[in-house]
Amino acid sequence: MTMNINSAALAAGPAKAISIRDVNLYYGALHVLKDINLEIQPGEFFAFLGPSGCGKTTLLRLIAGFNNARKGKVVIGGEDVLDMPPWKRDIGMVFQSYALWPHMTVAANVAFGLEERRLPRAEIERRVQAALELVGLKHLADRRPSQLSGGQQQRVALARTIAIEPKVLLLDEPLSNLDAKMRVEVRRELRELQQRLQLTTIFVTHDQEEANTVCDRIAVFNEGSIQQVGTPMGLYEKPANLFVANFLGTANILDGKVAGSGANRNFEVVGGGSIPIPAGTEVPSGAKLVFRPQYATIGSLEPGAVALEGIIAHREFLGATVRYGVRIGAATVLIDAPFHSGDALLEPGAATTLGLKPSSAQWLAN
Amino acid sequence: MALVASIPIRPAAAKPGQILAVSVIALFLAIFLVVPAGTVIYTAFTEKGTGALTIVNFVDFFNTDLFRRSFFNSVYVSGMSVVWASAIALPLAVLTTRFDFRGSLVIQTLGFVPLIMPPFVGAVAMQLLFGRNGTVNLLLNEWFGIRIPFMEGLNGVIFVQSLHYFPFILINLSTSLRNIDRSMEEAAQNLGSSGFRLFRRIVFPLAMPGYLAGASLVFVKVFDDLATPLLLNVKDMLAPQAYLRVTSVGLTDPMGYVISVILIAVSIFAMWLSAVAMRGKDYSTVQRGGGGLSRRKLSRGESVIAYGVVALILLLVLSPHIGLLLLSFATVWSFSPLPDAYTVAHYGRVFGESSLYIKNTLIYASLAGLIDVVIGGAIAYLVLRTKVIGRRWLDWAATAALAIPGVVLGIGYLRTFYGITLPDGTPLATLWVMVVLALAIRRLPYALRACYAALQQVSESLEEAAENLGATKQRTIRRIVLPLMTGGLLAGFVTSFSTAAVELSATLMLIQSNSDAPIAYGLYVFMQSPAGRGPGAALGVIAVILVALCTLLSHYVIERRQKALGTAK
Repeated sequence: MTMNINSAALAAGPAKAISIRDVNLYYGALHVLKDINLEIQPGEFFAFLGPSGCGKTTLLRLIAGFNNARKGKVVIGGEDVLDMPPWKRDIGMVFQSYALWPHMTVAANVAFGLEERRLPRAEIERRVQAALELVGLKHLADRRPSQLSGGQQQRVALARTIAIEPKVLLLDEPLSNLDAKMRVEVRRELRELQQRLQLTTIFVTHDQEEANTVCDRIAVFNEGSIQQVGTPMGLYEKPANLFVANFLGTANILDGKVAGSGANRNFEVVGGGSIPIPAGTEVPSGAKLVFRPQYATIGSLEPGAVALEGIIAHREFLGATVRYGVRIGAATVLIDAPFHSGDALLEPGAATTLGLKPSSAQWLAN
Repeated sequence: MALVASIPIRPAAAKPGQILAVSVIALFLAIFLVVPAGTVIYTAFTEKGTGALTIVNFVDFFNTDLFRRSFFNSVYVSGMSVVWASAIALPLAVLTTRFDFRGSLVIQTLGFVPLIMPPFVGAVAMQLLFGRNGTVNLLLNEWFGIRIPFMEGLNGVIFVQSLHYFPFILINLSTSLRNIDRSMEEAAQNLGSSGFRLFRRIVFPLAMPGYLAGASLVFVKVFDDLATPLLLNVKDMLAPQAYLRVTSVGLTDPMGYVISVILIAVSIFAMWLSAVAMRGKDYSTVQRGGGGLSRRKLSRGESVIAYGVVALILLLVLSPHIGLLLLSFATVWSFSPLPDAYTVAHYGRVFGESSLYIKNTLIYASLAGLIDVVIGGAIAYLVLRTKVIGRRWLDWAATAALAIPGVVLGIGYLRTFYGITLPDGTPLATLWVMVVLALAIRRLPYALRACYAALQQVSESLEEAAENLGATKQRTIRRIVLPLMTGGLLAGFVTSFSTAAVELSATLMLIQSNSDAPIAYGLYVFMQSPAGRGPGAALGVIAVILVALCTLLSHYVIERRQKALGTAK
């Protein structure tokens, strides 16, 4: 059941850029999309990532034409599409539920968009075959959607969309209805297929792992606005605010306040301890100290590290690492300590010292 | 999702097709529902002769002994019919949904049978079975020396109506019971509740909305029914009085209109009452992947009792049909438990004389069903899928037909269209097309619900996928929406067809010549004379078979479609 990515029968035109400018959308008094601005490069595999209700699917549907923005532009390949009805846009969308028509066979589903474009019979036939071959389902062309497994239905939905050779491809949580194992398999295939077709693709997901593994760049959404745009690594390493830091990976957040000025600034952590702020570091007002669990040591100090006193609250043995919860004042931070055979584990209740290098810490606000 | 007007709206594309559809439907509903009903109400409030607005007609109504009695009789009969219909439906619904009961399918199927025969047809057969000198009383008298007045006066109407209309409660209550999530019951059991207390405190309250919906429907139906009391010779009820006033005193007599207004008011009141009682109680608790209530196995003793109760109820429910069948084959059946001898002569006579009735019925009911599905489907689409102005009003207007009894609609048509004559001089009101339109309007609310259900089953993303792939709205409707709605539309058509085929109230008012008459009218004419009862019964049997065949056929078609589509939606 692997996709035949060597088929080149579906010729995609040159990849199109997507440019979203000042888009706002309201549902009644509810402001669901706030000043969205986004430039997506031709051929890019781009993710909209965020918790449910953050507006990511709304923006995707707006690009496809199923919501109407009050303001702004959506420019695809140099053309503003916002005033076009969905059927004129040539934007392929794979629906979360797949939306396969139960009264049509697999082949008829795939042929639909081509028939609506009034293509000659022979061309339709050729493209249906090519699209089904591309997703490895040629042998199931005469089945009904209800006779297919979830993974197969997903492939049909994909084949139906790429058969029309869309300008861009929109994927609305395409993996959410698959089981865990299929999800890993399909996301790799999606990536390969996208590379093969060189199709500008937007992938909507609430799963950071999916976004990290398949996408070139990610836009992180929260409450209707874009928090940050960047590569998976960039977002993890340099989150722009507390939300992004928290949403991508695990982040420890400690309250405190800045003391001193110039080159001698310190961050006084609530509950004890003080971290020198490296020169040149920008600290927004109301900022908190943020660091990843693997960036602090427990029990010993590396050179250049600052000590923070705490008490072990709980621990989880994960195999390669031990994850300790350490209470500092009222806050609890998580520390991942590498585990080596024969190591003694720290017991809950024991006092301990955390070592943190100021260079691997960040100061972020909301 | 309402749009806030203060924010500038991107100009929406003009949708002339939708506006045209709204206008056409609005015009249709205005001419054939709103204006006739409005005319009736207006006439009731105007003084005869001068045309001045007045409530003197209503004062007259309540000062007349006969009308007061008719009013209370109608309320009493409707209320008691609800009580008896509940007594029949409740055990059947509980047994089929809550217990592992072998006869469930039989009950659910036979439960529908009464609905496909007009109640007044059964009334004559019931006289012969349960009347003063009917089968049951003859036997009781012979064995125990007693007679039970099943069919005396109002009792007869209550008896016939509750046997006929209990399926409304059965269907609604069963659906509600099935929609209760298993976990609701298990949580109660987990907390120590069981048996009858569990049913009384958890299960029945959760099923209440379904019960109330069914009960209010039964009340309204019985309150509006015209033919059953007429055939049982009970004239002091409201609907028969309205009919008698208009047909014997004349179209200008205000009392017919006053009674009509009271019929409408009571219908609205009953529906409003059930809506109020149900407000905020839409307990559809079935969770994703969860099942309905668990079915309990009956013990041996319980089984015997259960089967006994069910057999007794079904025998009672089917007695009008059994009686009708016997009557249709009987030579003479009077003062004896069973007919004296049997013959097929009635069928011969009916086939010769009444093929016209059958033909008319098929034409009228099919046309009415077709109109209903087209208009119902259009309204459902406009309401659920578009934001065109006026769509809600169409929905309300079409649903309002529920509150207009057949008699009232008939009177309204006579009053509104009698003055309008065709070029050859015949009044528009007496044209057979009017019967079709009246039937269509009367059945529209039910067909509309079926269309809503059908469209709601089509996930919107299926349409969006089509638009995404380049299909316009019209093409999407044709290639995706309509094919997927076929089953539901067919179900709506059959509902309209099979009920229109046996409806009499409006027809009785509008039919002027025998050559235009449908089966229901023919039945009524036959059943009025003792000599016509045999052929009438034969015609009744034919009507039942006709409607049953159509229903079965459509079920078969729908099942096959569902299977072909599979469960993936």
